[in-house]
Amino acid sequence: MGSKQTVFTHEQLEAYQDCTFFTRKEIMRLFHRYQDLAPQLVPLDYTTCPDVKVPYELIGSMPELKDNPFRQRITQVFSDDGDGHMTLDNFLDMFSVMSEMAPRDLKAYYAFKIYDFNNDDYICAWDLEQTVTKLTRGELSAEEVSLVCEKVLDEADGDHDGRLSLEDFQNMILRAPDFLSTFHIRI
Amino acid sequence: MSGRCLRGTQACPGFRLQAAGRGTGDGRDLSLPLTEKQSLLVKELQSLAVAQRDHMLRGMPLSLAEKRSLRLGLALLSSLQALTPWRYALKRIGGQFGSSVLSYFLFLKTLLAFNALLLLLLLAFMVGPQAAFPPALPGPVPVCTGLELLTGSGCFTHTVMYYGHYSNATLNQPCGGPLEGGRCSPRVGSLPYNMPLAYLFSVGMGFFITCITLVYSMAHSFGESYRVGSTSGIHAITVFCSWDYKVTQKRASRLQQDNIRTRLKELLAEWQLRQSPRSVCRRLRQAAALGLTWLLCLGMALGCAVAVHVFSEFMIQSPEAAGQEAELLVLPLVVGLLNLGAPYLCRILAALEPQDSPVLEVYVAICRNLILKLAILGTLCYHWLGRRVGVLRDQCWEDLVGQELYRFLVMDFILMLLDTLFGELVWRIISEKKLKRRKPEFDIARNVLELIYGQTLTWLGVLFSPLLPAVQIIKLLLVFYVKKASLLANCQAPRRPWLASHMSTVFLTLLCFPAFLGAAVFLCYAVWHVKPSGICGPFRTLDTMYEAGRVWVRHLEAGGPRVSWLPWVHRYLVENTFFVFLVSALLLAVIYLNIQVVRGQRKVICLLKEQISNVSAPTSATLAPTFSVIWVTLPSTPLPAYPQPLRTFPCMPQLLRGFVCQTSDPEQYVHFSASDKAAVRQIPRDLQEPTGLGPWGRV
Repeated sequence: MGSKQTVFTHEQLEAYQDCTFFTRKEIMRLFHRYQDLAPQLVPLDYTTCPDVKVPYELIGSMPELKDNPFRQRITQVFSDDGDGHMTLDNFLDMFSVMSEMAPRDLKAYYAFKIYDFNNDDYICAWDLEQTVTKLTRGELSAEEVSLVCEKVLDEADGDHDGRLSLEDFQNMILRAPDFLSTFHIRI
Repeated sequence: MSGRCLRGTQACPGFRLQAAGRGTGDGRDLSLPLTEKQSLLVKELQSLAVAQRDHMLRGMPLSLAEKRSLRLGLALLSSLQALTPWRYALKRIGGQFGSSVLSYFLFLKTLLAFNALLLLLLLAFMVGPQAAFPPALPGPVPVCTGLELLTGSGCFTHTVMYYGHYSNATLNQPCGGPLEGGRCSPRVGSLPYNMPLAYLFSVGMGFFITCITLVYSMAHSFGESYRVGSTSGIHAITVFCSWDYKVTQKRASRLQQDNIRTRLKELLAEWQLRQSPRSVCRRLRQAAALGLTWLLCLGMALGCAVAVHVFSEFMIQSPEAAGQEAELLVLPLVVGLLNLGAPYLCRILAALEPQDSPVLEVYVAICRNLILKLAILGTLCYHWLGRRVGVLRDQCWEDLVGQELYRFLVMDFILMLLDTLFGELVWRIISEKKLKRRKPEFDIARNVLELIYGQTLTWLGVLFSPLLPAVQIIKLLLVFYVKKASLLANCQAPRRPWLASHMSTVFLTLLCFPAFLGAAVFLCYAVWHVKPSGICGPFRTLDTMYEAGRVWVRHLEAGGPRVSWLPWVHRYLVENTFFVFLVSALLLAVIYLNIQVVRGQRKVICLLKEQISNVSAPTSATLAPTFSVIWVTLPSTPLPAYPQPLRTFPCMPQLLRGFVCQTSDPEQYVHFSASDKAAVRQIPRDLQEPTGLGPWGRV
């Protein structure tokens, strides 16, 4: 296929196609979206693998993310250092996982990381409280929030250690057939 | 190897496919069956561009036969995707209103598909041949006024639209007389076409295929939406799975947050209600209120049925003046108004009830609406097949019944338009200007039941009016655009987030069981028990419609020894009750066995869950060991239980950087111990939960 683009080498594009759920056209489209976020920062030539990170503020202002209460967590999870500043690889990875072609297990894994606010590989009661507060825009009383967290732990904690491990989370995701359609960002 | 895997994509799928074939290599073959392997591969290849796909397909180490079948599958899938209509419209609706409202429109699309299938069959085998050999018309053709579109009679009467137009002879035979005759040889080069048989078989086949497709879609939808233990864990699911990441507008996002907050509050309230013990007095009062509302609603349904009965009797008794065609519209109008008004009344009555669970409220409303519609339709079916047949002995009663069903369908459409206009547009204007409330909600249950009602009418009328599915298709197309416009302009998303996947299963079940089953019973009764009219139609000389088949079989018996197996099959298998009993008993046994198997699996899942909770979580349970079955490095090491394409593995960024820029050694990144591999292999695959947790689910 004749590649008229000069942004990536042929091998880079093949690698991206292999490692994400996007086609060649979609990868180029996503690259241009990324480039539009910070035109002065992002070069138009990626053949030399430049180490460029677009800051979180610009990524969080994308229309797909700006009204999402979890946008900070999403960018933190997919960025290299957990600070929300994303390279092109992170960007592609993020939208690949959130695309409709990603399988349930992959999405469940990243959803777990997103809801694990303190990054301790468990969703504890504090993480749950943060999640519920963000979900309801802070309009539930503290008592209601703690009650909800208690019930969630009751229902989902399989090994009864007071926090949700990845297995508990995935077990619970299995029971939610809507998960695949809700954990999906269209770009 | 890993570097080569990414750089040279030709090698990759083949490697994975071979991996699938080899299994774990320790004697137990955990490789996937061929079809699952192929579907994984098709999914992978589908996401590529066409030229890329061909290039990869060529480079794969598969046999030519396998490659051909893959190619066919891919071509079919891509052509189907291009054919999906309304893709953008549905995306917009889903993005703005959520997946529960979207499920209504998807249901509409499903109904369109069913009707298209039925229509195709009828056109090919019935309407087409009859239209090619039109019979002599009895008398002059009436002039077409505009009223035909509403009443279905007039210049539509003697066309392929109704039963009466179809000939009872074998077409394409110059001296083709009654069925028993046909001694004349057909013209050279032409095919004799037995019209009565074709009529019976086409309608029968159409219903059979619809039944199979419906049951299959229902089972498929049920399989996707139901999970073992899915009724528990509602709080966890609401917290983790209810935020729709697709929503992009600020207003829609705030609405979602409000919805989730309301839902959580409702769940907590429900739980607290259950916790606090209710006094006996209060429970009695609630039971009394519930009983009263149910009694009132059932009474209303009965009242509507009686009203329809009385009115239809009145229509039969009163002499119909020829030319007074507008009078024919009165019965459909009355029935339509009852159908529209009674659910509203039931909803008002439901406000008297104790509202314990909002979800249950919705199901109860659907149930009551359904009972009402069934009562009305049942009365009408009795009226048509029971009374009309008796009264209209000397006329073409099938034509008249077909025309009535056409009128019902058209009137249903007109009333739906009026309801959308007043129920949604005017109500929005009133509620925004006068009452200062938000926009009205889109009532999914009522709209879906109206669709099911329309579809039932179509299925009831197919035998008497073969082009009725075409009318239904046109109606559904118009309804789609009208409802979409009204939704976008006048409504807001429902406040209670529905489990959309459960809903589509419920809709399909409602379509299958009361609606299709009722129509099938009606058809069977009409075919087996009712005497067709003697002056029109393909069965005019017979006692029942089914006799056409019997006559043909007798004709075949006289045909000679070569086709004697067909009459034998007919006599000993189709008409033999013992054989039918045997087949039913076998089916019941298979169903019972399947139920027991599912029960056993559920018990095993419970036992395994207990085991997990008994074993406390190990302290070293970090995320790294859960990658223990990702194989990126050496091909000679044992492979995971099922192969996954590279992109489904997490921790992509580091790998990506390593491979794309080829700066570091990728084999450093993943690190597995032998004990991890052994632990995973211990759990037998068939005891994992139905959808599987993947290679990093259990250790």
